[in-house]
Amino acid sequence: MFTIIRDLIRYNIEFAIGLAILLLLIGAVILSFFSPYPAADIYVVPPDMPPDAEFWFGTTSRGQDNFWQLVIALRNTFAFGLAVAFLSRILSLVVGLTAGYAGGRVDRVLMAINDSIMVIPHFPILVLFYFVLKDEMNWLMLVLILSALGWSYDARLIRSIAMSLRTRPFTTQSVYSGMSMRKILVEEHLPYVMPIVFATTMNNMIWSIGMEITLSVLGFTDVDTPTMGQIIYWANSHSALISGIWWWVAAPVVAIIVLFIGLFLLSMSMNEYIDPRSRLNRMGS
Amino acid sequence: MSLILDIDHVSKTFLQGGLLSRRSVEAVKDISLQIEAERPEILSVVGESGSGKSTLAAMVLGQQLPTRGRVMFDGIDVASIRSSAARRAFMAKVQPVLQNPFEAFNPLKRVDRYLFATAANFMMAKGKPSRQEIEERVDRALVEVGLTLAEVRGRFPHELSGGQLQRTAIARALIPDPRLLVADEPVSMVDASLRMSIVNLFGALRDRLGLSIIYITHDLATAYYISDRIIIMKKGEVVERGNARAVLDNPQHPYSIDLKNAVLTPDFA
Amino acid sequence: MQTEALLHAPEAATQPTLVVDRLKAYYTTKAFGIDRDIRAVDDISLTVAKGEIYGVAGESSSGKTSLIKTIVGAIRPPLHVVDGTVRFNFSGQSYDIYDMKPDKLQAIRWRHLSYIMQGSMNVLNPVRRIKHSFYDFAFAHMGLDRATFWDKVRDHLRRLDLDPGVLDSYPHQLSGGMRQRTTIALATVCTPEFIVADEPTTALDVIVQRDVLAMLRDIQRDLGSSFLFVTHDMSVHATVSDRVGIVYAGRLVEEADTPTLFRGARHPYTQHLVASLPKIGDTTRRASLPGRPPSLADPPSGCRFHPRCPLAMDICSREVPTMTNLTPRHRVACFAVTGATP
Repeated sequence: MFTIIRDLIRYNIEFAIGLAILLLLIGAVILSFFSPYPAADIYVVPPDMPPDAEFWFGTTSRGQDNFWQLVIALRNTFAFGLAVAFLSRILSLVVGLTAGYAGGRVDRVLMAINDSIMVIPHFPILVLFYFVLKDEMNWLMLVLILSALGWSYDARLIRSIAMSLRTRPFTTQSVYSGMSMRKILVEEHLPYVMPIVFATTMNNMIWSIGMEITLSVLGFTDVDTPTMGQIIYWANSHSALISGIWWWVAAPVVAIIVLFIGLFLLSMSMNEYIDPRSRLNRMGS
Repeated sequence: MSLILDIDHVSKTFLQGGLLSRRSVEAVKDISLQIEAERPEILSVVGESGSGKSTLAAMVLGQQLPTRGRVMFDGIDVASIRSSAARRAFMAKVQPVLQNPFEAFNPLKRVDRYLFATAANFMMAKGKPSRQEIEERVDRALVEVGLTLAEVRGRFPHELSGGQLQRTAIARALIPDPRLLVADEPVSMVDASLRMSIVNLFGALRDRLGLSIIYITHDLATAYYISDRIIIMKKGEVVERGNARAVLDNPQHPYSIDLKNAVLTPDFA
Repeated sequence: MQTEALLHAPEAATQPTLVVDRLKAYYTTKAFGIDRDIRAVDDISLTVAKGEIYGVAGESSSGKTSLIKTIVGAIRPPLHVVDGTVRFNFSGQSYDIYDMKPDKLQAIRWRHLSYIMQGSMNVLNPVRRIKHSFYDFAFAHMGLDRATFWDKVRDHLRRLDLDPGVLDSYPHQLSGGMRQRTTIALATVCTPEFIVADEPTTALDVIVQRDVLAMLRDIQRDLGSSFLFVTHDMSVHATVSDRVGIVYAGRLVEEADTPTLFRGARHPYTQHLVASLPKIGDTTRRASLPGRPPSLADPPSGCRFHPRCPLAMDICSREVPTMTNLTPRHRVACFAVTGATP
């Protein structure tokens, strides 16, 4: 593990940059636990102060220190994106691999569900959920709902690879070795779909964080958990850009861009590393 | 006289096309074929692509079920196998040897995993086998094909030659002590300098272990060299059958004659 | 001036169409700190005369595909030429493949070179009639008006015993053999002077294979084209090739006229390849060689065949044998044959 990371840093500049950004983010996340002010408290510092030596990212019109708001929001948003990506990856792997391998009726049923979810417009459904759930629409609930909506495209992608893997002779070899379907899927086929899983994780996080921000900006989420969207929501409701408090909006936007660039570089470089073709090349075949 | 394999008037029809222009293609037409338990043999099935020889093999392996007729293996109708236990018992007796040895193993995995998995899964009948029992069984199978566990252990497919891989695949198929091997073009992807070692191995396995081999090929020369019986297929039908040497020395059916004449013979003597 | 040109004319006519001189082409890969050189083509020299079918035989990963890619200039990284030259002579003009501008190389490929590969029948567009494939592929390069172009295409098909009616068919309406023959007709309609055929019959059934090989012979006779014919199947070489070069682990080990090679091969590897061919009507036991074909990334020292060779001597593991002429048309690289002087 250590030598792999060392090699990646040494020979892959994308990985090195991505890792640096990720470490920066992790630093911010750790820092968020040492915030001098509780996240929800307002008027703890003088409002509308531009960035300076004392308030690095300035203060908001609500009298909050923008820097500490941001690191806490970063923690929540990052955790949110990871949680949705993780859960929806598991769903898409299970559905895609099973449907592609089993074929027949199992495939038809799973793909019927899959396609139904694919054609449902996500945003109106989320708004609907908000109006039904109201106060119960918290962070965890949103994670679960987005995970349940965000796997279908990728399950189709994984299914198409699984279908071709099923016809590969080594699958026949595994079947006649008496391996169970679970073992074949997890041990024989999974390595071939991992590049897709990594690549789609990125897209999925961009999608879920984007969704969360959209909902937050409109006020359709739990307004008490600070996230990136929450910051923009409050900035908007105080007309921050019109009153010249640009740092209130700029800080979350820049932070999100940096977060995405870092994740993108990491997933790119790791993809190259775990891709079966490059693995085989390193193994010397 | 008991039959290990009894293919009884078997036909296989595939449906092609969409909803409106559906038509059926008869891949195998009314074929009967028997292999006796007491007389192990190498049976060659030759024919051009599309002659139905691979479909026939898939039906013997239970991968496809016949549209009409029955495939009986050791007294059991292959189509009646449903439970996974029955399926495993069937697989223990009929094992495939695949065409391309480089494709037959997952390139990301060590080849020995298939050997150990086969041993572990098919030795369950006598209780859960110990690690040592598994290794002994695998080594015995590898010695049977002229390899040893020491040569194969921990190797990835790309570290072995096509010939070694094909031997390893055959060794894996031998682990459950099968009665029948179904080999679909097993040497067409093996290098010329190693090809005959595989063909010779089939003969040795028949003689030593008393197992029968269905050898599917388009190469008449190796079929002549190694097999006892031959069937020649064209468009799903058997056009000629009999003793391999007799049929190929003196083919009767026009198609068999055409096929034999098309074989390139490097004769400069 | 004029007399000098006349004096040189006969010499130009007998010049070989292809001269490959000490060609070396390696795959160089750098992945995560592991640099590797795979010597796919290692010091190969050969010539192909005008109108000759030169066969290249070798096992999988012996470098024969890399060799032909390098010869037609169709290489891309990580494969690159390390040393040596590839020179074609077309209509008295000499072209060095690795010493010319890319657009010029492209033009030569269209006009003089043609490439037929395994499964090449898949180049036919499945949803368009065959004639569209002919039009797209050849019309622009032949510089003819439409009527003359189609006359020429029909003549070409007739010459190859194909019914010009195939032009109005879709690929799926033709059998596999007809498709492959149509593709070969397509590849040769511009009357190329040099044709590279890479395993053109490997996926075909014996009867189709026989027809395709007969067709290639016809093309060679009618168009006077030179062929580089690559296949691992020695019996195919016996049928079509005029001369055969045996490649082992990136090197040429023996080369001779086909009858000489089959009757009197001298290199132990060639002898084995010829002797191990099974024949109908002959059941004498055929053996196979011990060991395995070497990895090109880490080939054995000296003669690359020595670990498997029944005649191996001390020198074989230390020195590389060079191709030595036994007769003017029979070369072999083996110390056991030429004596132990490197």
